[in-house]
Amino acid sequence: MDLTLKVWRQANATAKGKFEQYKVNDISPDTSFLEMMDVMNENLIQQGVEPVAFDHDCREGICGMCSLFVNGRAHGPDDDITTCQLHMRKFKDGETITIEPWRAAAFPVIKDLMVDRAAFDKILQAGGFVSVNTGGVPDANAIPIGKAEADEAMDAATCIGCGACVATCKNSSAMLFVSAKVSQLALLPQGKIEAKRRAKNMLAKMDEMGFGSCSNTGACEVECPKGISLAHIARFNREFIKAKFND
Amino acid sequence: MSSIFSASIGKKLIMSISGLFLIVFLLVHLGINLLMLVSADAYNAGAHFMATNPAIKIMEPLLALGFVIHILYATILTLQNQKARPENYSTVNQSESSTWPSRNMYVLGGLVLTFLVIHIINFYWKIKVLGGHDIPSVIVDGVEMHDTYWLVAGLFKFWWFDVIYVIGAIFLGLHLSHAFWSAFQTLGLSNIVWRKRLHVIGQIYTYLIAIGFAIIPIYFLITG
Ligand code: HEM
Ligand code: SF4
Ligand code: FES
Repeated sequence: MDLTLKVWRQANATAKGKFEQYKVNDISPDTSFLEMMDVMNENLIQQGVEPVAFDHDCREGICGMCSLFVNGRAHGPDDDITTCQLHMRKFKDGETITIEPWRAAAFPVIKDLMVDRAAFDKILQAGGFVSVNTGGVPDANAIPIGKAEADEAMDAATCIGCGACVATCKNSSAMLFVSAKVSQLALLPQGKIEAKRRAKNMLAKMDEMGFGSCSNTGACEVECPKGISLAHIARFNREFIKAKFND
Repeated sequence: MSSIFSASIGKKLIMSISGLFLIVFLLVHLGINLLMLVSADAYNAGAHFMATNPAIKIMEPLLALGFVIHILYATILTLQNQKARPENYSTVNQSESSTWPSRNMYVLGGLVLTFLVIHIINFYWKIKVLGGHDIPSVIVDGVEMHDTYWLVAGLFKFWWFDVIYVIGAIFLGLHLSHAFWSAFQTLGLSNIVWRKRLHVIGQIYTYLIAIGFAIIPIYFLITG
């Protein structure tokens, strides 16, 4: 496949960015999207052009590092996957592919296609944990947990913090991410104790970091590589409202 | 409790509650309107009841307040949400992941509001503010009242008003097609099972309201 890539280039956080066009030729349809990006960068290095900076790590859909807004969609033209799981067979020969960084006030561009997602860490630090005293390893089955609750908590816990939900949301809202973290703990007995404080503090931090509110469009759920459900947002709303009315 | 309405979920809570209040109001309003299809007397009696019943009189300013709050918070939220993405994407392909009404609630709300202003000038203004002096009276079951039916029939003689009212119903329907389920989701009253049910109930409600309101100008257009 021969492709034209329209790639966002930006020297640093404060520089003004712009699109550059690069050509890549003889790409196999079985190549992954990030491998195609590697080929593009090899070409650029040979031409003496600085390669394009983009985030990636595991390249198997588990770390959440890869980002990229490809042809108008977070993680490109497929539902429920990360960019590293995207393959070139999803594109047509001769196509022009537009590649942009995640865009949100809370995710400033570091360089080219890399954005700073530290805002997610700040939200987690505000309450995405269970306070425990260190000591001996607790007995695995000391606290009984229902199968349904355990499964739902596990589903929520599959969130890899990639930020696709924010990137795709028209409001740049982080509600899917935060609700997954809130749900994961609120469903389990260990997490219930701090549930009220957690919901309030994590939401306050989310608002403070400049993410938008949720209009329930559902775009996040479609683009989320882990299929995190909007039902978690409903639970988060419930947890927050309950916590506030109990104040 | 104090800071609940400054948080994003708190503001959405206000949207949801005010929106649900308006959703209930629409049902009552439609119920009265549909009496026009029964008979002029039935409708006049219904309109007279709405104009004179003390409980309804209390609801009137509350309804106005409901609209004001809903529109105020819609504006606050929309502005905040725009600020959350200072630099836009050059290419967006959102139709793959969400519906058009869900992404354009403010535009749709604005169109509903535009219709509402026309609608208020057409009826409420004439009856309430101008006192309805040029509206003839009728006697239904021995009670003298305004012939509101005459007012409606007079307006809907003009085909362009029929068109405006049908378009108004369509915009309202599009707003409601997302609003109904969304309001419950905001309240936290949805989950994997109830989401599907609320969607179905929401679609039934939406079609009922949109078709119900549109059918009246169409009726007058056809019967002339
Ligand atoms: C009879 C008229 C109306 C009804 C029944 C209605 C109902 C609703 C409901 C139930 C919601 C869902 C709330 C939620 O997501 O929790 C909603 C959302 C919304 N409404 Fe209305 N509404 C009406 C008129 C208006 C008007 C006049 C505006 C003016 C701008 C407006 C703007 C909005 C916006 C922007 C949202 C989405 C807010 C968000 O999620 O960010 N609506 N409406
Ligand atoms: S909720 Fe989904 S899209 Fe959002 S950060 Fe977690 S894994 Fe990524
Ligand atoms: S590189 Fe780890 S999820 Fe894509």
